[in-house]
Amino acid sequence: MNEFWSRYARNRSAVMGLGILVLVIFMAAIASLIFPDDPFRLAGIPLSVPGANGFFLGSDTLGRDVASGIAHGAKTSLLIGLVATFAAVFIGIIFGAFSGYYGGLVDDILMRITEIFQTIPSFVFAILLVAIMKPSIESIVIAITVVSWPGVARLVRGEFLSLKNREFVQACHTIGMSDMRIIVREILPNCLSPIIVVGSLMVATAILIESGLAFLGLGDPNIMSWGFQIGAGRTMLRSAWWVCTFPGIAILVTVLAINLVGEGLNDALNPRLREGN
Amino acid sequence: MSKSGKVFWHILRRLSQGVPIILAIVVLNFFLLNLAEGDAVDVLAGEAGSATPEYMAELRAKFGLDKPLPVQLLVYLKNVASLDLGYSFRHDMAVSELIIDRFWPTLLLMVTTIIIAIGFGIFLGLMAAVGLNTWKDSVISVFALITYATPLFWVGLMMIVVFSIHLGWFPTSGMETVAAFYEGWDRVVDIAHHLVLPTITLSLFYLALYTRMMRASMLEQYGQDYVVTARAKGLTERRITFVHVLRNALLPVVTMAGVQVGAMIGGSVIVESVFAWPGLGMLAFESLFARDLNLLLGIFLLSSVLVVVVNLTVDVIYSFLDPRIEVS
Repeated sequence: MNEFWSRYARNRSAVMGLGILVLVIFMAAIASLIFPDDPFRLAGIPLSVPGANGFFLGSDTLGRDVASGIAHGAKTSLLIGLVATFAAVFIGIIFGAFSGYYGGLVDDILMRITEIFQTIPSFVFAILLVAIMKPSIESIVIAITVVSWPGVARLVRGEFLSLKNREFVQACHTIGMSDMRIIVREILPNCLSPIIVVGSLMVATAILIESGLAFLGLGDPNIMSWGFQIGAGRTMLRSAWWVCTFPGIAILVTVLAINLVGEGLNDALNPRLREGN
Repeated sequence: MSKSGKVFWHILRRLSQGVPIILAIVVLNFFLLNLAEGDAVDVLAGEAGSATPEYMAELRAKFGLDKPLPVQLLVYLKNVASLDLGYSFRHDMAVSELIIDRFWPTLLLMVTTIIIAIGFGIFLGLMAAVGLNTWKDSVISVFALITYATPLFWVGLMMIVVFSIHLGWFPTSGMETVAAFYEGWDRVVDIAHHLVLPTITLSLFYLALYTRMMRASMLEQYGQDYVVTARAKGLTERRITFVHVLRNALLPVVTMAGVQVGAMIGGSVIVESVFAWPGLGMLAFESLFARDLNLLLGIFLLSSVLVVVVNLTVDVIYSFLDPRIEVS
C-alpha cells in the first residue's frame, strides 16, 4: 500500500486531482447540512447577482439558490457516475471474461453483440433510451450503463486472452478446478488494475453524459443536477450569466479531477508503462 | 491474386460485415419502438383529440398493429428497406424526407469540425512532441486536459456569453439570417459567419483528443529503430521529424477520426440545440419535446448507419494507403 501511494504521489497533478475530488465528495456529503432546504425551493429574489441578497453564487429566474443547487447536484453527479460505472464494469466483465476464456463460438457471438453496441452512437442511444423509459434516475443509470459497457468488455477479453494459457491457469485445470472458479478467483484478480483505471475514467464520462442528458431536459425532474441548472439557466443567458457559469465550472472541475486521478492510478498500477519515459 | 483483386475481396468482406450490424440495429430499433408506451394509433388519437375504441381498433388493423410481433417486425424491415421510416405527425411529413432535409446542415457542421479538429490537433500534438517537457508541451497538455473535461453545452453557452452577447462578433443562433434574403456569395459568407461558434465548440473536445493522440503517436514513433538509422545516416532532426516520424505518426490519428464519428454525432445533438443549428441534432432535440418517437428513432437509425458507412470508408481508404495492412 505504501509502495502504491509513493508511486501515485510521484504524479503531482494526480495528487491535486485527488485533493479536489475529496473536496467535491465532502461537499456532496455535507450538502444537506449547509443547505438543509430543498434546492428546488424558491429561496429569495430571482436573478440576484452573486453575492447579493444572501446568495453566494446568485439565484436563477425562479429565485432558486445556485450554490445550493451545485452542492446538491454534486450528490447526483457522483451517485449516477459511480452506480452506472459499477453496473457497466460488471456487465463488461461478464461479456469479456466469457468471451476471452471460452473463445470460439461464444467469443464470436458475444463480440458481435459488443460490436453492435460499439457502433451505435452512444449519446444518441442514451437520449433514446431515457426518452423511451421516461426520465428518472433509474432510466438515466440504465442508459449510461448500456452505452458504456462495451469498452470494458473488450479490455477484459484482451486480458483473459493473454492470461488463460499461463502456467498458473494450467495448474488450476490440472487440479480439477471448475471453470467458474478459475475465471472468478484466479484470472479476474490478475486483471483488476487495468479495469480499475478504465473504470475511474468511465466515472468522468458518465458524469459528462448525465449532465448532457439533464441539459437536454432528460434529467430526473425531482432531483437537482448540474446539467439541469445549466439547461434551466440558458434562456436567461443574456441577463444572468452566473446561473449557467457556476454549475459548468463544477462539472469541469469534477471531471478534470477524476481524469487526473485515473491517470495517477494508471501510473501507480501499471508502472511498467511509464518506465520508458 | 493481384493486389487490386485482394483489395476488392477485402472491401466485399468488410461490406458483408457491415450489413448484419445494420440489420441488428434496425431490429433493435423495432423493439425500442414497441417498448415505448402507446403506439402510433394512440398518438393519432391524441392528435385528433377524441377517438372511439372501435375507430382505434380499425386504425390498428389498417396499420397492421393487431398482427403478431414477428409479422410486424417483417413489415417494419420491409418498410425500412424501402426507406419508409414512418410518419412524423408533428411535422406532418414523412420521417425520411424530414431527416434528409436536416441532414445537410449537420454534414456541413461535422465536416468543418473534423477538418479543424484534425488539422489543429495534428499541429498541436506535433508541437508538444517536438518540444517535449518544455513550456510549450506543458501548455498544450494542460489545454488538452481541460478541454477534455469540459461539457460541450457549457462551452457553447460561454462562447455565446463572450463572443455574441458581450463582443457582438457572431450571431447567437441559427444557420443564416433568413430575413436578409441573401443570395450567392453573400449567403455563403452569412452561413460561414453563423458556422464559426458551433464549429469551434464542437471541435474543442476532439481537438483535445487528437492533440493527445498525436503527441503519444509521435513519441512512440521517435522510439522506433528507423529513427536511430536516420540519425546514424546523419539526417537533420528537422528532416527526421517532418519526413519520417510525422508520416508514420499520422496513420493512427486518421483512423481514430473514423472511429470518433459516432461520438461526434452525439456532440452535434448538444451543439445544435445550444446554437439552434437546424440540423439532425436540433431535430432530435425538438422531437424529444414533441414526444415524436418515430422521428427520434429515424435519426438514431440514420446516425448508426452513418457510423457503419464512415468506418467502412476509412477502412477501405486505409487498405489502399497503407500497404502493410493485411488484406488477404
